[in-house]
Amino acid sequence: MKFEIERASLLKSLSHVQSVVERRNTIPILSNVLIEAAGGKVAMTATDLDMSIVESVAADVGQDGATTTPAQTLYDIVRKLPDGSQIELAEEADGRLLVRAGRSQFHLPCLDRQDFPITDEGDLPSRFDIDAPALRRLIQKTRFAVSTEETRYYLNGIYLHTAEVDGVAVLRAVATDGHRLAQVDMPLPDGAAGIPGVIVPRKVVNELFRLIEDLDGPIAVSLSDDKIRVEFGETVLSSKLIDGTFPDYQRVIPEGNDKVLSVTAKDLIEAIDRVATVSTEKSRAVKIAVEKAKAVLSANSAENASATEELSVEYDAESLEVGFNSKYLIDILNECEGENAQFWLADAVSPTIVRDGDDEGALYVLMPMRV
Amino acid sequence: MNMPPSIRAMCQDCGAPVMDHAQGCPDCGSPRIVTHPELATLTIAHVDCDAFYAAVEIRDNPALADGPVIVGGSVRGVVTSACYKARAFGVRSAMPMGRARALCPDAVIVKPDGRKYAKAGKQVRGLMEQTTPAVEPVSIDEAFLDLSGTQRAHNATPAQTLARLAARIADQVGITVSVGLSYNKSLAKIASDFNKPKGFVVIGRDDAQDFLNPKPVRIIWGVGPAQERRLHAAGLRTVGDIAARSPEDMRELFGGMGTKLAHLARGEDNRQVNTARHQAKSASSSTTFGSDHADFETLKSLLWGQCETLARRLKRADLGGRSITLILKSSNFKVQTRSKTIPDPTQLAEVIFQAVLPKLLEAADGTKFRLIGVRVSDMVPGDDCDPPTPFDPSAARRAQIERTMDDVRAKLGTRAISKGLNLPGRTPYSDAELE
Repeated sequence: MKFEIERASLLKSLSHVQSVVERRNTIPILSNVLIEAAGGKVAMTATDLDMSIVESVAADVGQDGATTTPAQTLYDIVRKLPDGSQIELAEEADGRLLVRAGRSQFHLPCLDRQDFPITDEGDLPSRFDIDAPALRRLIQKTRFAVSTEETRYYLNGIYLHTAEVDGVAVLRAVATDGHRLAQVDMPLPDGAAGIPGVIVPRKVVNELFRLIEDLDGPIAVSLSDDKIRVEFGETVLSSKLIDGTFPDYQRVIPEGNDKVLSVTAKDLIEAIDRVATVSTEKSRAVKIAVEKAKAVLSANSAENASATEELSVEYDAESLEVGFNSKYLIDILNECEGENAQFWLADAVSPTIVRDGDDEGALYVLMPMRV
Repeated sequence: MNMPPSIRAMCQDCGAPVMDHAQGCPDCGSPRIVTHPELATLTIAHVDCDAFYAAVEIRDNPALADGPVIVGGSVRGVVTSACYKARAFGVRSAMPMGRARALCPDAVIVKPDGRKYAKAGKQVRGLMEQTTPAVEPVSIDEAFLDLSGTQRAHNATPAQTLARLAARIADQVGITVSVGLSYNKSLAKIASDFNKPKGFVVIGRDDAQDFLNPKPVRIIWGVGPAQERRLHAAGLRTVGDIAARSPEDMRELFGGMGTKLAHLARGEDNRQVNTARHQAKSASSSTTFGSDHADFETLKSLLWGQCETLARRLKRADLGGRSITLILKSSNFKVQTRSKTIPDPTQLAEVIFQAVLPKLLEAADGTKFRLIGVRVSDMVPGDDCDPPTPFDPSAARRAQIERTMDDVRAKLGTRAISKGLNLPGRTPYSDAELE
């Protein structure tokens, strides 16, 4: 194998694939990136056995071939080479990989490509296209609520499925950690009708979000019951899905909440942040006392510190006091695009709904705390 | 009967001032007289119950009074408390039960009854708190007391008040205590330990150094077997040996601990009697098996039992924690711990169990274990534990099952209901359950 490539394109592709590689690996070859050169293209693959990313990039291929070399080291080398360099990669007689640019020269150890695990995805029967910004929105507004608790593995991802809202089919992403829930809908993309409901693991969601951060065009999503493949440009991400049943979340989204509190999201975030400074570190509780046109935030600590702040709001129902975890509240408000956030309250102990004034398709549910 | 500072002797049993101690107490006739030049001015005390658990057992069953009594675990376990007769045979707390039996074959062995001791300990604490508001509990059966400023209220010097407190404890709780009186906590603690049982030892400013000098280093607060070995290796065998070194020298040899030791060896200790209620830092439950176990399933069911016991204690104390630790002791007495931090603090057995189960799976590699336990730390009030999880009905249901089981137990007793998990390989009584 031998090819020449421009530093910028190699760096971009490597940065896309290398983050899949786990920092500590018990299986040596999983630390490596698979490099395959053929027909004027170089494909790079990294995997953690559950998920893999393949990215192809054009290169001046002198001799076809393939090998694997430590992903992190190669990435660090390419990162440190001067901008605009032309990099030559070649397999050497002693089995090592030569990396040469200008006057720099590196020899990296290789492991046989035959040992690199390539997962056969098989047939993924469902396939639809989704625009990158739409997919970003689904991920961005739900991923903060994904549970990190391993015992609830079935909550360790975003539940992607179809649903119906007022007779209209939507594609819906839901995430919850049991205490709060985020639900975001979008018009059902062509071809997405009848897809299986799948739980996309947290790591996949985060990698995908990073990969499509600056993208505009369509993204092809293929699904089966247990696998997902996402393709765009020269990049393919494929992964196993979480094998579990997502809880029937709809049953616990309240319907009768009728007390509506409208507030400027930005002001509320800042006020919460201020009063929560004194709240007991471990609970981070903040209390909101609402009455006509006014809300008073308060927090206190076991060490006798306390704080209050008054906020102008739109509210026309009976007075109410309700406590929340301030971090959870800020997480939700951070995703509100518009000026206004709307709280749909029932009482001090029932789940509260938060809606984004400018995004009807987003809905958050938050459990009050005892305060 | 206020004692003027010139008086240097009092009756240990009633606190009456005594002029001529050869005659015994003029008020009650007791021959036990405490004399010390600074008796009227010292205010910091350490009060420690004598062989507490054993004493409570003997109180409740006077037939035990004649022979040696050991309180300790059932099959294997260790000695939790031994009366002074048993101690004469060399039996000590924390000694493996087998060794204790060998040393003292005639001893009557009593299984510990934690509830009984907690009740007696509370009574003792109550009497202390009636004596002075400045009580710093060290454990269930000992505490530091600061009696400065109580003279007027009791119309007696601190020494007299302490003598009366000891008498009231003997009278109302039925057990004896030893009192150490000095001018700081470290010396008070050394004093209370010096003449057990029923001791009343006074260490004053003038005699502290003479008192300490010939004593082995082990009597200093914080010196255990390991520190003792290090001190011995440096040629320091008595407290006087340490006091002869400068704090700087000691610091060079033993770091920060060295400085502390240098001060304590000089009778210097500026720690206050701290009345702030101690918030428990951790809670744990463990059991030593009748025979060693290596099998995962067996260990798992034993672990579940400990999780239940621990959860019961946490719920009773209205506390919970976020950090869960599995504790294992292998048959060669090596202790290993594995911790896990969970997102929401808990007091539920189910959540504690699920957190440490993967740790047990890692640890159960065929090694034979003699003890398993679980600890919860990073404590928070019960109200902050297990926030409702309405959007995860399966977790909510598990929590609900446990709360329902708690309700059934509250009504019908601990053994009224249990999970099937308990059944295989379950030992009928673990140490912890007898708490």
